[in-house]
Amino acid sequence: MTEAAPAPASPTTEHRSLADHLREIEFDPRMIGMVAALAVIWLGFDRLSDGAFLTPRNLWNLLVQTASIAVMACGMVLVIVTRNIDLSVGSMLGFVGMVVGLVQVRLLPEIWGFEHPLTWVVSLLVAICLGGVVGLLQGALIAYLAIPSFIVTLGGLLVWRGAAWWVTQGQTIAPMDSRFRPLGGGVEGAIGTTASWAIGIAACLAICAAAAMIRRRRKRFGFTLRPLWAEILIAAIACGAVIATVTMANSYALPAGIARRLVEAKGGIWPEGGLTIGHGLAVPVLVALAVGIAMTFLANRLRFGRYVFAIGGNPEAAQLSGVNTRKVLMLVFGLMGALVGVSACISTARLNAATNAAGTLDELYVIAAAVIGGTSLAGGVGTIVGAMLGALVMQSLQSGMVLIGVDAPLQNIVVGIVLVIAVWLDGLYRKRLG
Amino acid sequence: MSTAEPENLAETHPGQGTPLIEMHEISIAFGGIKAVDGASVDLMPGEVVGLLGHNGAGKSTLIKILSGAYKADAGTIRVNGEEAAITSPRDAKRHGIETIYQTLALADNVDAAANIFLGRELLTGWGTLDDATMEAETRKVMGRLNPHFRRFKEPVKALSGGQRQSVAIARAIYFNARVLIMDEPTAALGPAETKQVAELILQLKKQGIGIFLISHDLHDVFDLADRVTVMKNGKVVGTARTADVTQDEVLGMIISGKCPPVAVAGPGALRS
Repeated sequence: MTEAAPAPASPTTEHRSLADHLREIEFDPRMIGMVAALAVIWLGFDRLSDGAFLTPRNLWNLLVQTASIAVMACGMVLVIVTRNIDLSVGSMLGFVGMVVGLVQVRLLPEIWGFEHPLTWVVSLLVAICLGGVVGLLQGALIAYLAIPSFIVTLGGLLVWRGAAWWVTQGQTIAPMDSRFRPLGGGVEGAIGTTASWAIGIAACLAICAAAAMIRRRRKRFGFTLRPLWAEILIAAIACGAVIATVTMANSYALPAGIARRLVEAKGGIWPEGGLTIGHGLAVPVLVALAVGIAMTFLANRLRFGRYVFAIGGNPEAAQLSGVNTRKVLMLVFGLMGALVGVSACISTARLNAATNAAGTLDELYVIAAAVIGGTSLAGGVGTIVGAMLGALVMQSLQSGMVLIGVDAPLQNIVVGIVLVIAVWLDGLYRKRLG
Repeated sequence: MSTAEPENLAETHPGQGTPLIEMHEISIAFGGIKAVDGASVDLMPGEVVGLLGHNGAGKSTLIKILSGAYKADAGTIRVNGEEAAITSPRDAKRHGIETIYQTLALADNVDAAANIFLGRELLTGWGTLDDATMEAETRKVMGRLNPHFRRFKEPVKALSGGQRQSVAIARAIYFNARVLIMDEPTAALGPAETKQVAELILQLKKQGIGIFLISHDLHDVFDLADRVTVMKNGKVVGTARTADVTQDEVLGMIISGKCPPVAVAGPGALRS
């Protein structure tokens, strides 16, 4: 077991930097850095592409494209926090996606016929369960047989990619069920403007209520409180981000033909001069956000999450405290697998086909997203929000480069370099602030 | 079985009544090497027993069996006269046996409250972590040990050696331990903090808690302990009341295994 690192010199009380002030209001300065980096990337690409980047259309697609990686990055944070790694997620996504395709296009139609209303639910459950079982299997090898996770999941990377081919001997399965396709986004995966506003307003109310509740609770115990202005500012920023996202999604207009069909289907009359109807939020983005919220809750508010971080900080200490470290470790990999199942549905639905190459190289993007988002490969440190922002940064770089016409090989070179620089900067930051 | 209050007995007649802990003929081997070989120790309520010996004498291993970190190959453990099966740290804690490890065994990346309640978190009615109550309790227990401690929100890796030690001690005493095992508790501390730990030990002793004090430094232990048990090469050399022996005699037990006549000789004593 690794020994505790010697405690770095504690900052003296007289010298108070900006970071100390930020810490006092309990706001992670690293998060500000992430958002700043994202802003630079977005504004930069917007200039280079003559204003094509910061359009509702591009941003809407950017969020949809981020969803699959973001969901898996949530699980990868916990895996890396426990000082492990999962290299198999891309291959697992391919395998689970193929099985979902098979279930949905070949097996279920034999029982229920095509386009049964429950097909999509069964598909989603099959994906989550299969992913979870595969994850638990790998987790058991890592936790109980003490095989290094790098090796187990490197094996998994080969095994599940091979298995993905085996499901149909390499055949692509298409098309998907029409109720399943919204999981991937697209026109049918947009929930419309009214529902988007409802969700946005509900989210804002929840943010304010949560802030007030936490404050009241801390007050009751007589703990130090953030200054009120900071509390309000943080809530305002969060609500502002929600409203901006909804506004953006709602101002991305549906293609005229589809809008017309929509109006006429409702018995309306298509006006002479046309009509713009917004997309609204996309289903995969909502799924990713829901996963992010659930995983943040799990990591911060549940015993399981506490154990995950304690194991990452000092596995021996966790064990001596009576934590069943092996079981926790196995469950972390099981959870990772279940999230791969969710992502498999998102990407299969988005492609409207199950192919055995789906998810190729996803493991690297997922790990990169978690690491860019501040998850330390040494274990014990990482946040779900950070990883999701990291996924957005990665996807922004890629879409931006596609938009301004960078060649594919150069895209990889840039993404690779950015990853290395991001980790270097994060290391510098940690050393400075201790 | 005795029906008298063990606290009073221990103060007036140490060595009588029902011991809090009896470890009998404990053995454990790692890869053919007998780290502990037929060792027996006992502990009365309100008593401090010093466990002495060179590095590698087997004292830490013996005590890790009591705290559930290792499982003995042979031997029995009795808690309050009843045989106890201790196969995990959880079992030990259930019997009121708490341990402060030499390495402190803290998760460096989480705060004091998370460490103190690790494995025994307080939950709200919803089954979520009750961080506010845990922090409030942490403030209370840390207030007793280290009144100037304020850094409740920071990961313990940012704390000083003494503060980290306080967190480890707080974790051990918060859950009403009956038996406290302290493995080299002052090894990383300065003189003032060492004195603080000594005062704490006397205070806990008054409450009737039995304490095993493990050290390779005789002077640390001699003033605090009621009895000392010396180990050498995995075997017990002997046990003596500190009032009956001199430091030189105990040093002789540690170095050469020679047991003075007033001590109860163990299987590891040098035969003359």
